[in-house]
Amino acid sequence: MNAPVKLNFKDYATDQEVRWCPGCGDYAILKTVQKLMPGLGTAKENTVFVSGIGCSSRFPYYMNTYGFHTIHGRAPAIATGVKLANPELDVWLITGDGDGLSIGGNHMLHVLRRNIDLNILLFNNEIYGLTKGQYSPTSKVGTRSPSTPDGSVDLPLNPCTFAIGAGAKFVARSIDTDMKHLTSVLTRAHQYSGASFVEIFQNCPVYNDEIFEDIKNKKTAPDARLELAHGLPMIFGKSRDKGIRLNTQALKLEIVTLGEDGVTEADVLVHDESNRVMAQMLVELKGPEYPVAVGIIYNAPTSAYISDVYSQRLTVRETSGPADLNTLLRSGHTWAVD
Amino acid sequence: MSAVKKADRQGLNNIVSGVVVRFAGDSGDGMQLTGNNFTEATAVYGNDLATFPDFPAEIRAPAGATFGVSAFQIYFGSEDVTTAGDDVDVLVAMNPAALITNLHGLVPGGLIIVDSDAFSEKNLARAGYKQNPLEDGSLDAYRLLSIGITKRVIETVKPFGLSHKFAARCKNMWTLGLTMWLFDRSRDTAIEGLKTKFANKPELADANIAAINAGHAYGETTELPTGIEVYKVPPASVKPGLYRNTTGTEALSFGIIAGGQLARLPIVFASYPITPASGLLHSLSGKKHFDVVTFQAEDEIAAVCAAIGASFAGSLGVTSSSGPGISLKAEAISLACATELPLLVVNTQRGGPSTGLPTKTEQSDLYQSVFGRHGDTSLPVIAAKDSVDCFDVAIEAIRIATKYRTPVILLSDGYIANASEPWHIPDMNTYEPFPVEFADDPEGFSPVNRNPESLARVWAKPGTPGLEHRIGGIEKDSVTGNISYDSDNHQKMTDIRKSKIDGIANDIPLQDAALGNERGDLAVVGWGSTYGAIHQSVKRCRQDGLDVSHIHIRHLWPMPSNLGTLLAGYQRVIVPEMNTGQLVKILRAEYLIEARSFTKISGHPFRIKEVESEIRAVLEGLK
Ligand code: SF4
Repeated sequence: MNAPVKLNFKDYATDQEVRWCPGCGDYAILKTVQKLMPGLGTAKENTVFVSGIGCSSRFPYYMNTYGFHTIHGRAPAIATGVKLANPELDVWLITGDGDGLSIGGNHMLHVLRRNIDLNILLFNNEIYGLTKGQYSPTSKVGTRSPSTPDGSVDLPLNPCTFAIGAGAKFVARSIDTDMKHLTSVLTRAHQYSGASFVEIFQNCPVYNDEIFEDIKNKKTAPDARLELAHGLPMIFGKSRDKGIRLNTQALKLEIVTLGEDGVTEADVLVHDESNRVMAQMLVELKGPEYPVAVGIIYNAPTSAYISDVYSQRLTVRETSGPADLNTLLRSGHTWAVD
Repeated sequence: MSAVKKADRQGLNNIVSGVVVRFAGDSGDGMQLTGNNFTEATAVYGNDLATFPDFPAEIRAPAGATFGVSAFQIYFGSEDVTTAGDDVDVLVAMNPAALITNLHGLVPGGLIIVDSDAFSEKNLARAGYKQNPLEDGSLDAYRLLSIGITKRVIETVKPFGLSHKFAARCKNMWTLGLTMWLFDRSRDTAIEGLKTKFANKPELADANIAAINAGHAYGETTELPTGIEVYKVPPASVKPGLYRNTTGTEALSFGIIAGGQLARLPIVFASYPITPASGLLHSLSGKKHFDVVTFQAEDEIAAVCAAIGASFAGSLGVTSSSGPGISLKAEAISLACATELPLLVVNTQRGGPSTGLPTKTEQSDLYQSVFGRHGDTSLPVIAAKDSVDCFDVAIEAIRIATKYRTPVILLSDGYIANASEPWHIPDMNTYEPFPVEFADDPEGFSPVNRNPESLARVWAKPGTPGLEHRIGGIEKDSVTGNISYDSDNHQKMTDIRKSKIDGIANDIPLQDAALGNERGDLAVVGWGSTYGAIHQSVKRCRQDGLDVSHIHIRHLWPMPSNLGTLLAGYQRVIVPEMNTGQLVKILRAEYLIEARSFTKISGHPFRIKEVESEIRAVLEGLK
C-alpha cells in the first residue's frame, strides 16, 4: 500500500456553504477543529461528528468526515450507539447549552457517568440562537429575551459543575477565538479515553453579544482568566502577580497578591488535574470578583464503558464456547415426537 | 369446549379430549413456577397446549389480598390447542382470595382443590368472605377437594430442617404433585428442574422434591370423593420432530439473533425497563456469546437513539418497549425514517392509556404504530400471532428493515410475551439468508443513492474510506444528499419515502385464509394474539356447517396487495380486536368495505365462545 497521504485542514472542510451569522464564534471553533484534525493521527474515515439541534449542531455538515445531525438533545445517546456498534470510531459530539443541558441534560448526565469514549464539545453561548434568542439554562439571572422580557429569574447552571457532578473524569474549558488554547485543550480531550467534556465559551453576536468579552479581550483577559496547567502554580494578572490560595479556614479559594503581606509563590495553589475537590472549586470561580478558570480542570482517567462492555463479552465468549443458534435452540428442556 | 369434555367424561370413562387447569394463589405462592412445571410435564406427555400467566401488577401484595392473586392457566388436549381456554375445569386455589377471584371462570361441576389451612378467619375476612365457603354449602355446584396442604407439607419436609417459612413455601410443589397425579403426568422434568434450580441449596431441592412426591402419593393412596380420579388426556397428534416450550419473549429473542445472522449483521439491542417488555432485554443480555450487544439506556428515548446510532455505524439497532415507552421514542423513530436507517422497534403492548394495566394485555397500539409519527411518513408494521410466531416475525421484520433501510415496528403483547407454547424447533439451515451489502466504492457515491427496485438508500458505514458523508433530520436533496429547503425536492423526497414503504406490499406473501374458503358468507379478520380464539371459534362454526373463514393479517402496514380483493369476496367481514376498533377503521379506509367491529378491552384475551357467538349472530343476520 502507498504511504498515507498527508492531509491538511482543507481536506476536512466540505463544499457546503457555512451558514452561521457573520461574526459567530462557531466559525472560529470550526476552523480550529478542521486544523486540528490532520495532526490527531486518526484516519479521516474513522472520524464521526454527531450533533443535536441548535446553531452549533450544524457543525457536522461542515466537516468532511462521517457526520450525523440528529434530534434535539439526543446526540449523546446516538453517539453511544455509534460507539457500541464500532468502538474503533473516533466520535466527536457537538452540542450547545440548550441542546446538551436542557432538553438533553439527562443524556449528557449518563454519557458522562458511563464514561463513554467521546470528545464532547459544548458550545456555551448562554442563549438559544437558532430559535431566535430565548434565554437558556446557562443564561445569567436577569437575561432579557423574547420569553423573559422582564429578565430571567431562574438560577443558571454551570456546565462544568454539572459535568463533575455527573461523574465526568475529564473536564476542560476553552474559548472560541483562542485557537492556540482551544487546540491544546482539544488535543488533550482527544487523548483522554472516556468522555472528555469541554465547555467552549462561544460568542453569539446576534442574541447575546460580548458576554465573555472580559475573558476574551487581550486587555482584560490576563486579569479575568486563570489559565490552568498541571503542576504549575495558579498565577494570573497582567503583571503575573496574583495567585489563588486555599483559605483552609473558610474552605474557599481566595485571591492573593505576590509580595504583599509576605505572600510568596509557595502560598499559591499548584494545579493538580487529578484533584476532584480542587476542580469543583475552580469551576465555580466567577467574574468580576474572580478570574474564570480555563484549561484542563479535571483529568482522572478511569475505566470506560465501551471497552468494559467488550471485555465482558470476550470473557463470556471464552467461557461459553462457540455461539451456534441451532445449538442454543436445542438447549434446555426438549422432547422428541416420533 | 366444556360441553364436549363433559360428554367425553361420561362416554369414555375418564378419557377427555381437553382440560383447562388454573393455578391461583398469592403472588408469593409460586403459582407461575407451578404452572410452568405442569406445562413442561404436559408437553412431554404429548398434549398440545397453550398457557396464560395472569399476574398482578404488585410485586408482593400483602398476603391474602385479592389484588395480589397470581394465576396461571393451561389448556391442554389431544387436538390442536390455540388458546388457554375459556372455562376452567380444575381450579387450584391456595387461599380464599384466590378462590373468590377465580371461581367465576369454573364450569359447573368443575373441580376445586383448596388448601384448607389457608382458610383462616383472617384470610377469609381479607378476601371478603363473611362465612367459610368450604363449609357453608356455597360451593355445592362444584366438586370440592379440601385438603390441609400447609400442615401436610410442613410435616413432609421436616427432615430437611427448613425454617417454618421455607417449609410452608413447598406447598406449591405438593399441589403440583397432586395435579400431576390427577392427569397422569410424569414428575421427572419437575424434579430435574428443582435439582438444577437449587443446585447450591440441596436441602431446598430435596424438600421440594419430597413435597411433589407427597402430593402425588396423596392422590394415589387417599380415598378421594367419588368422581375424583385420574383423567387421561390422550396425546395430540403433532408433527414429528424435536420440541421445546417457548414464551413469546424467548422466541422473539431467538428471532432477533437469527435475523441478525441471516442479515450478516451484529445486533445492538438498546432498551429501558418496562413491563411487559423487559423480558426481552433480560433474555438478550444473557446471550453475549452471540453477536449481540445489549444496552440498558437511561430512558426510552436514549434507547431508541442508541439503536439508531448503532444502525448508522453498521450494526442493526433494535429497541423494545411497551406502549408508553414507544410514545417516548416517537420523535427518534421519525428521525430513522428521515435518515432511512434500518431499525427494529418491538412493542409488547399492554393495557393503556398511560400506565394503564401494565400486566394485562391489549392490542391498542395499532394506531400508534401505523400513524404515530410527526410529518408525513410511514413505516412497516408487523404483528406476531402467538408465542412461537414471534421467531419468524422477528426474522421477517429484520429482513424488511435491512432491505428497505427503514424502521419496522413489531407488535407483540403481554399475552404473547408471557404465554408458553410447544415449539417445533426450527433448523436455521433451512432459512434463506438475506445478507446486507454495504457501499464501499467512492465512485459516484452519494448518500442518497438508491437501489432502483427497493428504493432503499445506500448504507455506507463509518470507517469506509472515501465515503465520508453526513446525514441528518433536515430534508435532503434527492440527488446530492445535501441539506435542501427546496419545495419541489421536498415533494419528491416525500414521494420517494412513501413509494419505498408502499412497495414493500409487493415483497410480502399474499394474504390467504388461515381457515376456510377464500370467499363466502363471512370472514373473521384478526391480527396479533387474537389468533387462537378466532381460530377455534371459526373451526367450531365450520364444524357446524357455517360458511365462515379466518383471515389473520401479519403485515399490518403496508398490507398484502391482494387483501382488498380477498375481503371483497365475502358478504360480511367482522374484525375482533382487543381495542375499540382500530384495524377495522384502517380496513374501511383502505378498501372502502363495510367491516364490522367486534371489540373487547378488559385486559383479558377473547374467549372462544365470545367470538363464536358473534359469528353466529352475524350469520343469523344474513339469513
Ligand atoms: S444566532 Fe448566534 S450562535 Fe446562532 S449562528 Fe447566529 S451568532 Fe451564531
